[in-house]
Amino acid sequence: MKFHRPLVLLAGALAIFAAVSPLDFGIDGLAIGDHLWSRMLFSLLGIATLRDSQDTPQPANAAWNVPFATLLAAVEIVELAHSDGPRGWGFFCAVGAVWLCAWRSVDIIVARTPALGHRARFLRILAPLVFGATLLVLWETLTLSLGVPKVILPAPSAILLRLVTSIPTLAADFVQTVQGIAAGYVIGCGAGVLIAILIDRVPFLQRGLLPLGNLVSALPIVGIAPIMVMWFGFDWQSKAAVVVIMTFFPMLVNTVAGLSAAGHMELDLMKTYGASYRQTLLHLRLPAALPFIFNGLKINSTLALIGAIVAEFFGTPIVGMGFRINTEVGRMNIDMVWATIVVAGVAGSLFYALLAAMEKRATFWHASYRERA
Amino acid sequence: MLTSLWQGKTLPVLVVCAIIAVFWYLGSIWLNADMQRMLFENNGQASYTTAELIEGTLTQEKPKLPTPGQILAELNKTVLETAPTSKRSLVYHGSVTISATLLGFLIGSMLGMGLAILVVHIKSLDRSLMPWVVASQTIPIIALAPMIVVIMNQFDVTGLIPKAVIAAYLSFFPVTVGMVKGLRSPDPLQLDLMQTYSASQWQTFLKLRVPASVPFLFASLKVGVAASLVGTVVAELTKSEDGGFGARLLGGSYYGQTIQIWAALFAAAACAWVLVSLVGVVDRVVTKAMGARP
Repeated sequence: MKFHRPLVLLAGALAIFAAVSPLDFGIDGLAIGDHLWSRMLFSLLGIATLRDSQDTPQPANAAWNVPFATLLAAVEIVELAHSDGPRGWGFFCAVGAVWLCAWRSVDIIVARTPALGHRARFLRILAPLVFGATLLVLWETLTLSLGVPKVILPAPSAILLRLVTSIPTLAADFVQTVQGIAAGYVIGCGAGVLIAILIDRVPFLQRGLLPLGNLVSALPIVGIAPIMVMWFGFDWQSKAAVVVIMTFFPMLVNTVAGLSAAGHMELDLMKTYGASYRQTLLHLRLPAALPFIFNGLKINSTLALIGAIVAEFFGTPIVGMGFRINTEVGRMNIDMVWATIVVAGVAGSLFYALLAAMEKRATFWHASYRERA
Repeated sequence: MLTSLWQGKTLPVLVVCAIIAVFWYLGSIWLNADMQRMLFENNGQASYTTAELIEGTLTQEKPKLPTPGQILAELNKTVLETAPTSKRSLVYHGSVTISATLLGFLIGSMLGMGLAILVVHIKSLDRSLMPWVVASQTIPIIALAPMIVVIMNQFDVTGLIPKAVIAAYLSFFPVTVGMVKGLRSPDPLQLDLMQTYSASQWQTFLKLRVPASVPFLFASLKVGVAASLVGTVVAELTKSEDGGFGARLLGGSYYGQTIQIWAALFAAAACAWVLVSLVGVVDRVVTKAMGARP
């Protein structure tokens, strides 16, 4: 609390300043009559913040005054930024105040997060959301009010607008790229697991392949893309080939490590049951390898996206996310580039989240999940 | 002697490499055979023996799959026999790529370590920023590379810097995540011990957290340097006028110079291997200096 106090005071001062200074450029500072609503909100923010900075004990529900006032003020500055004309220095004071108050709000959220329970889970998600929203608000207000050219950094609202208006294009790109990713991911990961199981019986091959596999994981394999494009043509097959090569080795290395994860005790137990190699593999060693296999699947989900997008830089039919990024950069349609990146990012994290959920269900017995329960 | 070779790693690796080489040659023959038949036909050579066909497939100028021998010959020509200042020299292109990679890696890992230190000490940053850093690992941030190059070009920022920026942000995220994990790795017992010594936060940081973080740091530095190189190569696809491995790949794919592509790939792979091993050497030196016993 003490460490933050000067910043909180500064935030309050900025908000009060914003409430009484010119919000539009070139208008007399004392014309307080216009933007009355904005000025009220900024005063509210200032009062809430200054009260928050006092050490006197406050009623429990007063703690949420600052986050709430910040939210209102943030909406207001976005709205102001969207109206025409350059902005006065009062406006930038308000932006600064909102930024500092958002910071303080995260502090308040973190300080009031209990260790366990539904409330804890909600607040733990809320904190990063507030951070992300603050970033978006600052990005939006500053790019609009400072007149940053669209070819350098478009405002989030412009990107969203582009995203919504070009859904057909983006969907076609997405389908094209995902075809290659899906085929390559399934073949590459499947082959990695199968080969790992095959060489499992030949320790000699294992010792030979593992160092190579580890080495290959560090190499810039995406460079193979131009060759695959030559071999398999411009369509999605060449992207699938790149993804196969990129995902194979991480999967192989992880599965081989996973197959040796079963403990001696359990292996001995299987032996006393008179279990065959096949039974031991199916009922003990593969389940024990699952955490490692899921680790490989997770690493590969990002690698597959990277492989397919970079491969499309080398040549595609005129559709696909990598193609879109490359051509729209050339045509200076930066908002379209961002829209494509948003699609790729959301798709990537959703797939990762799906893998994580599957992992949780499949390996609920593993120590990393038991501990948390 | 023989059993130690059999039990060790060198012999198995060599055997696997040999197997790969054999399959590679077979693949070259198989993939290039159609082309060779066409070449013979165009030359009016109606009859040819299988040996002639095989020999032809292994010595084409623009083969579908060049043999390892052809690639090594090209590497020999472009690395050793061409002057390093020439634009045809892979040493020249390699130095372009490596300098951007190293500069970016240095900036990215420094920033990553700095952010990790902040995150460990400021709880609100940990709760609000860290989830985004972790989430960034699941999205293809490399897709930003062409845009960054073009935008920086508009500000007349050219040369090394745009590529280094891309290399930096690619190494930044893994280093941050690894370093935070490392700084958090001391268990509560050790932290309690520091408290009973009445150590200050700064002392706890220097004497407990930093040493504990070293293994994690180097593991993520290895990932980071490899990611930096990939980032630089991808940046060079957009910014190919400066040269570099990416430019060699792009040029080769325009003109169908497969041998050139493979040579650039091999050279890039060798550079990645050297960079990762260098980090490994520093790792060993540092852990040894800190008193670790092998």
